[in-house]
Amino acid sequence: MTPTIRTAMGVGAVYAIVLGAALLSPYDPATQHRDRPLAPPTRVHVVDRDGRVHLRPFVYADDESGPTYPVRFFAHEVDEDGSIGSRRLLAVDPPAHIFLAGTDELGRDQFSRLLYGGRISLGAGVLAGALALTIGLLLGCVAGFFGGWIDAAVMAASDLFMALPWLYLLLAIRAALPLDVSPGRALASVVIVIGIAGWARPARLIRSVVLSARTRDYVTAAAASGASRARLMLAHVLPEAFSVALTQASILVPQYTLAEITLSFFGLGVGEPTPSWGTMINAMLRQELSAAHWWLAAPAAALVVVSLLYHAAADALHQRSQVLPAGAWR
Amino acid sequence: MAVKRALASAVLAAALAATAPGLHAVEHQPAGEDLMTIDGEVGTSGGALVVAARGEPKTLNPLVALDAQSRDVIWRTQADLIHINRETQRTEPALAASWTVSPDGLHYVLRLRRGVRFSDGHVFDADDVVFSFGAYLDERLHSPQRDLLLIGGKPIAVRKIDAGTVAVDLPAPYAAAERIFDSVAMLPRHRLDGAWKDGSLAAAWGIATPPGDVAGLGPFRVERIRPGEDIVLAKNPYYWKQDRARTRLPYLDRVTFLVVPSEEAQVIRLRAGEVDVLNRVSAQHAAALDRDQKASSFVLQDLGPGLEYHFLFFNQNDPAPSSVKPKQAWFGDERFRRAISLAIDRASLVRLAYSGRGTPLWGPVTPGNRLWANAEIARTPPSLDAARKLLAEAGFVRHADGALADRGGTPVAFSILVGAGNAALNGMAAIIQDDLKRLGIGVQIASLDFNAVLARVFESHDYDACLLRLVDGDVDPTPAMNVWLSSGPTHLWHPSQAKPSTPWEAEIDRLMQQQMTTLDGGERKRLYDRVQAVVADKLPLVPLVSPNIVVAAKRGLGNFRPAVLEHYTLWNVEQLFWRTTGRSGR
Repeated sequence: MTPTIRTAMGVGAVYAIVLGAALLSPYDPATQHRDRPLAPPTRVHVVDRDGRVHLRPFVYADDESGPTYPVRFFAHEVDEDGSIGSRRLLAVDPPAHIFLAGTDELGRDQFSRLLYGGRISLGAGVLAGALALTIGLLLGCVAGFFGGWIDAAVMAASDLFMALPWLYLLLAIRAALPLDVSPGRALASVVIVIGIAGWARPARLIRSVVLSARTRDYVTAAAASGASRARLMLAHVLPEAFSVALTQASILVPQYTLAEITLSFFGLGVGEPTPSWGTMINAMLRQELSAAHWWLAAPAAALVVVSLLYHAAADALHQRSQVLPAGAWR
Repeated sequence: MAVKRALASAVLAAALAATAPGLHAVEHQPAGEDLMTIDGEVGTSGGALVVAARGEPKTLNPLVALDAQSRDVIWRTQADLIHINRETQRTEPALAASWTVSPDGLHYVLRLRRGVRFSDGHVFDADDVVFSFGAYLDERLHSPQRDLLLIGGKPIAVRKIDAGTVAVDLPAPYAAAERIFDSVAMLPRHRLDGAWKDGSLAAAWGIATPPGDVAGLGPFRVERIRPGEDIVLAKNPYYWKQDRARTRLPYLDRVTFLVVPSEEAQVIRLRAGEVDVLNRVSAQHAAALDRDQKASSFVLQDLGPGLEYHFLFFNQNDPAPSSVKPKQAWFGDERFRRAISLAIDRASLVRLAYSGRGTPLWGPVTPGNRLWANAEIARTPPSLDAARKLLAEAGFVRHADGALADRGGTPVAFSILVGAGNAALNGMAAIIQDDLKRLGIGVQIASLDFNAVLARVFESHDYDACLLRLVDGDVDPTPAMNVWLSSGPTHLWHPSQAKPSTPWEAEIDRLMQQQMTTLDGGERKRLYDRVQAVVADKLPLVPLVSPNIVVAAKRGLGNFRPAVLEHYTLWNVEQLFWRTTGRSGR
């Protein structure tokens, strides 16, 4: 297994987990267990207080002297008022709870929020990254291939966009949006703004790749043998730009994930009760400094893991593009 | 009504002097000096106190100071004629040893304390008083105190009778007149008259002024300022208060305001023993400090609710933006507002959003205002059934999927505006969102920069509902007039109305005007109780929670009696002393 595939599998696993949030999370991320604010992670046992080993893991409700509540797999969630909820990977019967990563200050299950929040934060990063790369690839190719005044205009525009203080731009846009904007639309606006603000860097890189590819011998040869401009572009130049674009993606996506987290951290991303890692990290910082509520750091830990994975992926992709001959992506 | 005070304390001082002649008293009290004797534990002189400050003061000039940091320093170095005792919440003599009022309540005669000197040794007299009021009332200076010295839009008039007596004439009867003298610092004419004449008074006493050029009548004087680091105050040797043993106050040699910008860092400094007093600890940090205070060198004190109240209100402006207009039929219906209030679980708000350090509210005046809160207001427990019944009465229909719709079939949904920086308000918003979901009402939380919130509430009126907090400036109802009068600029749900748009707003207007001019205290209380009852019934503001005032201090600080009025911890700084003389020299 090459490093590229290994890291790609790692990144893929993270996305698979957050996409499966509805099944994998034990609770709805918005449900407030108001009698359980800042509860520590529930301990899942296999050996009970009498020393007996249970085949099925179980939890205790309040203290470890009460009855045991077995963990049920792929079972329907049962609410405290007895109503039957949706099917979950892990469920326990009330009054017991299964808070794998504890609860936040409003008694919401931190693990469920981590998964649902990951969907928002990581999803925003991917969508914004895709948008920025698409625009960047398009404009970079056009600028590099045609040169002349088109190149000058595109590069001038990219200078302008790189100089934009995009965080403030986002703040301004969020303030101008109507107040009753739904979480979905708020997310879309964040994605669009980050994506549009971010096209300049990939565009410049791709332009320089296209510029150098255009003068390579094999491209000149193809042009001499009568290949059309479109064919030169698609068959000879673009493949080279593509590998650069992929490496860029592995750098940009975590960067834009961080951008969404930053915005949500400032309360300017998707609104309550929809979780995002940014709002969760903010909630963590609202609590005191001592390590008493360490489980609130879960989103920060998850962010570190995701960033490391992407870093490794970028590394692997970069090395691959150095080793393989140009055009190997065809 | 004639008020004569200070006689009792003077007699007490004389009696004590006979039985317990203080060693310092003789050398410190020249003949003719009329020191004020105050109650409290008799302490020992010396030592230093370090107080955490959020930032450095912007100015030392009481005429123009707006920010809390400046006022914190200024009020340790300045004094007023009549002072509101932060503990009793009542007025007491300060630089004015006694005063009389004419029967119509329009004319005050204040007798100044004899022999008082500024911190530079210069004698204080009636000329300084006339000068000070002239400066505060000078329109060019835009002093924040100026508004408080206007009654019905007209300024009060201050005249010198002789060096030790001034007359104050009010343009209209004003029940709370004694209280307007509080926080109006008496300034040294000999130092500031030149600046006033050449028009530079507003810029005088900036932070770069040599400390020796600043003089005041407070217990301390500024000794040193290191920008961004600390402000050191030293004992004012001429201060005009003494303890029961006739020791001249203050006890402490120095008070240092150490600049520690974040609350986290302040808590760390307290734990490390580098800071002695935190003037305000938020609920979250209080929970952490509470856990380890037993083993530590500091004590945490929860003083209960202060004068701050947090509430929800609905946009009732007319005209309103077209996006808000259709929802105003709901917002204007008092049954709708009552249903919302009934659905909100205030106990959960306190427990979750304030870590239990708050007090649920059903009326607009917090229990922290001991003299004025209406104790009769019903503390209705939350009830979804009662809320649903009210909504059904008002014509709202609940659909099969649980969503609430109005008579016309429009689903009931609105946004709640909240300042992004306030953790407790944002926590409340999420809980209220969940509570109202049970009624079938969809709530979006719009968490915006605080200035954007204010712009929407006061200028564009483009919002549905808003969570906000207000802090009353004083326990007396009169300073809160701009909130309750329908013409008031801070009449949040519908500011600056030409004439009251509802009968109950007209009633509140009448009651508030009446209490302002009624001189009988009991009658004023009845009038203001009625205002509170009307607000609790009509709910233009849905009162929710009053956060508790929590302070922390190092153990062994004598006379430390924090109060719920600003400044919570240092209001009696002249009396504070260290029980063990371990600390000094800082």
